[in-house]
Amino acid sequence: MVGGRLKGRHSLRPGSSTVNEIAFRLYLLAGASLVAIGFFGILASAELLRKILGVNIMGSGIFLILVALAARTTDPIPDPVPHAMVLTGIVVSVCGTALALALADRVRAMKAREMLDEEEEE
Amino acid sequence: MSISPHAAIILLILGPLTFAALAFLWPRYWRWFCFTLAPLLVGAVVKLALEVYASGPVRHHVGGWTAPLGIELRADGMAVVLLVITAGIGLAVMLYASRYFDPGPGPQSAEGARRQKYFWPLYFFLLASLNALFLSADIFNLYVTLELIGFSAVALVALAGKGPALTAALRYLLVSLAGSRFYRLGVVLTYGTYSTLDISLLASRVEPSFVTWVALGLMTGGLLMKAALFPLHFWLPPAHANAPSPVSALLSALVVKGAFCILLRLWFEAFAPMVTPAAANFLGWLGVAAIIWGSIQALRQPRLKLLVAYSTVAQLGYLFLVFPLALSESSGFTAWSGCLLFLGAHACAKTAMFLTAGNILHAAGHDRIRDLDGITHVLPLSVFAFALAGISLVGLPPSGGFAGKWMLLNAGVSQGKWIWVTAILVGSLLAAAYIMRVLNHAFTRVPEPDIPNPIPPVMEWTGFTLALLAVVLGFFAQWPVELLRIGSPFVSLVQTVEMLP
Amino acid sequence: MKKRSLLAWLAGLLFLLLSGALLTLPISPGSLAGASVEALARSGVGNPVTAVLLNYRAYDTLLEVGVLLLVVIGVWSLRECDAQRVDTSEWILLLPLLRLVLPVLVLVGGYFLWIGSALPGGAFQGGAMIGGALVLAISAGLLHRVLEHQGKLRAGLAMGLAVFVAVAAGTAAVNGQILHYPQASAGLWILLVEAAALISIGLTLGALFYGGRPPQGSAQSPAREFDRE
Repeated sequence: MVGGRLKGRHSLRPGSSTVNEIAFRLYLLAGASLVAIGFFGILASAELLRKILGVNIMGSGIFLILVALAARTTDPIPDPVPHAMVLTGIVVSVCGTALALALADRVRAMKAREMLDEEEEE
Repeated sequence: MSISPHAAIILLILGPLTFAALAFLWPRYWRWFCFTLAPLLVGAVVKLALEVYASGPVRHHVGGWTAPLGIELRADGMAVVLLVITAGIGLAVMLYASRYFDPGPGPQSAEGARRQKYFWPLYFFLLASLNALFLSADIFNLYVTLELIGFSAVALVALAGKGPALTAALRYLLVSLAGSRFYRLGVVLTYGTYSTLDISLLASRVEPSFVTWVALGLMTGGLLMKAALFPLHFWLPPAHANAPSPVSALLSALVVKGAFCILLRLWFEAFAPMVTPAAANFLGWLGVAAIIWGSIQALRQPRLKLLVAYSTVAQLGYLFLVFPLALSESSGFTAWSGCLLFLGAHACAKTAMFLTAGNILHAAGHDRIRDLDGITHVLPLSVFAFALAGISLVGLPPSGGFAGKWMLLNAGVSQGKWIWVTAILVGSLLAAAYIMRVLNHAFTRVPEPDIPNPIPPVMEWTGFTLALLAVVLGFFAQWPVELLRIGSPFVSLVQTVEMLP
Repeated sequence: MKKRSLLAWLAGLLFLLLSGALLTLPISPGSLAGASVEALARSGVGNPVTAVLLNYRAYDTLLEVGVLLLVVIGVWSLRECDAQRVDTSEWILLLPLLRLVLPVLVLVGGYFLWIGSALPGGAFQGGAMIGGALVLAISAGLLHRVLEHQGKLRAGLAMGLAVFVAVAAGTAAVNGQILHYPQASAGLWILLVEAAALISIGLTLGALFYGGRPPQGSAQSPAREFDRE
């Protein structure tokens, strides 16, 4: 339908990469640091919410790497496959987070009730 | 039946997905959904197995696009064997669960009704995603199926509703999420290097490099978390022991095998050109540690379901011996098919054990091994099933467990790799010890065992049938091995399969 | 404290390995961009990302729509939402504002769906808009009545997966492969799948924010309270 419009918009030189090398590496390194930070968060935090946030930060790092990878291409448009992987990944991440939060809330409520029961026994 | 193998593949994935949606919309009619879906799935799996056996692997190009742009589904021998196992275990668990989740009368019935209502859609989702995983030949698509499996498994564990089950489910979910993040990171690096996600294309493009090693390492690490290989097994025993018993059976028999199946695909297909003996030995060593540690822990557990869960940790260790043993040109296929045979036998035996453990838990109201004296007088069939399943776990002839171990041993002996041989033998002795520990109590004579609740016959017979199947599987080991040969990564290397018992 | 520093070293190691691997990646490799553009004419849409999501790799998206429904089922199995009412009587501007914003959000969601065939956009972006509208409405204490219409809500949540599966089965019956759309009408099939997915995604996000299954049978009293407005 609008393939022509797309091509017109991205009429960059074919054959050479369309992305600045330094910017590309910086994006990748930022992604890698987010992954490592998120991983540390999962391992080192005692709080459930922080662990769940850690998982999400790790996921964001992966998305950043994917978007950067999509940009380095010799073709006139960025590679759409990593973009699609990001979109799929976002939906799955949201779902995982929702399930984890619901579960964490149940666990928290249960622990609160247990503590209450213990107090009553005393 | 005149359906094409492609229709069978489609049915195996879309069928359970449809019924998951139906069971969500009309939970009341779950029985109808089960009775409709079960024959469809069994028919499709049989059709696919016959077709693959007769005319080789079936490839289905989703959307009509070939790789690298599209996703390919591939039914080779290994996929079909795993699908057959899934269908069999799925059917048994379906029958068992149809009575297990009866809400029953009394004050607990609202809670029981909730469980029954949500079990079925989750169960159908789990079946669909397992089938999708075994059929997929695309590493990103495998990631999506992994997530589906993880979420449905976690929700199924949490169905138990009690405190320990919820905590275990949450820990399982966090490990599972972290594991799939690592896997996805590896997929991203792989795509960034080779611009394809298709397993066969990868196999032709992959060459050893730092990036590729990091990618494979990340994916393997993530999958080891999900497959609960020692020392990443810590989440498994609480989750498997506290889940409702049919769920425990599904988790131990099938879910952990999903991640293992991807590992096989990666190490022997996609990344096969760069796998070195040192890396494979590392996985083998972890397997040995799992066998020893899991068995010792199983010996020390006070509760039956925990014992069975630690036994899963140990038995998963055997599967990983395939990595060092299958690298050999001469006996690689023997080890590889032995491993998958062992996987099938373990699936049957472990399902039988969890189902009978569920019966004992239900009948006695507890599963403390110490207090199980005389249970055999009340549940003779269940205890007998447990003992039969134990025969296969220990690996006594003619069981499927024996056939699998025998082939692994043969591969080990012919390659002169005595470490792995010793590990298999020691593991078998330890397994005998923890099985005997349960049976000792069960067969102790007591005047009047106090067992309040009766068990519906179908719940006893499903476990018994599977245990029997695990024991006689050794007689039919030729069939799966013949199937596994089709489209296997070793097909060019294989001369004969003379190692069968 | 010692354990913490050990974990920090572990995370540092992960960073080093990962960044080392990433820095060796070539700057201009072969990518699938060219192949995607080449096939674009046959895909039925003009936006390559939409083509990947709903044609070349539509099977991933099918499973992903399954993930959405699965997680709603999981969350509903875990909790019953205790539907806390928000007293909005003191926030005079809230309701008039929402009356303005909510329809706009829904409209924007539909617009995203429509332009997704040609430009950045699509069911997920549109669904996120509708999900956002639902989050606003739920936070303001509205919409409890909608969420308590369990039958319709369930149908809306399952619709995306149901339509996707039906299209997959239908295309398999016609062309032999699942999600192999007839080339002439591919755009229409994709629009159909996306429209159903849009509604399910929006409702799913709202339901996940709501955080539990709607309470059974207690639909009347709070709704009437709201009717007073």
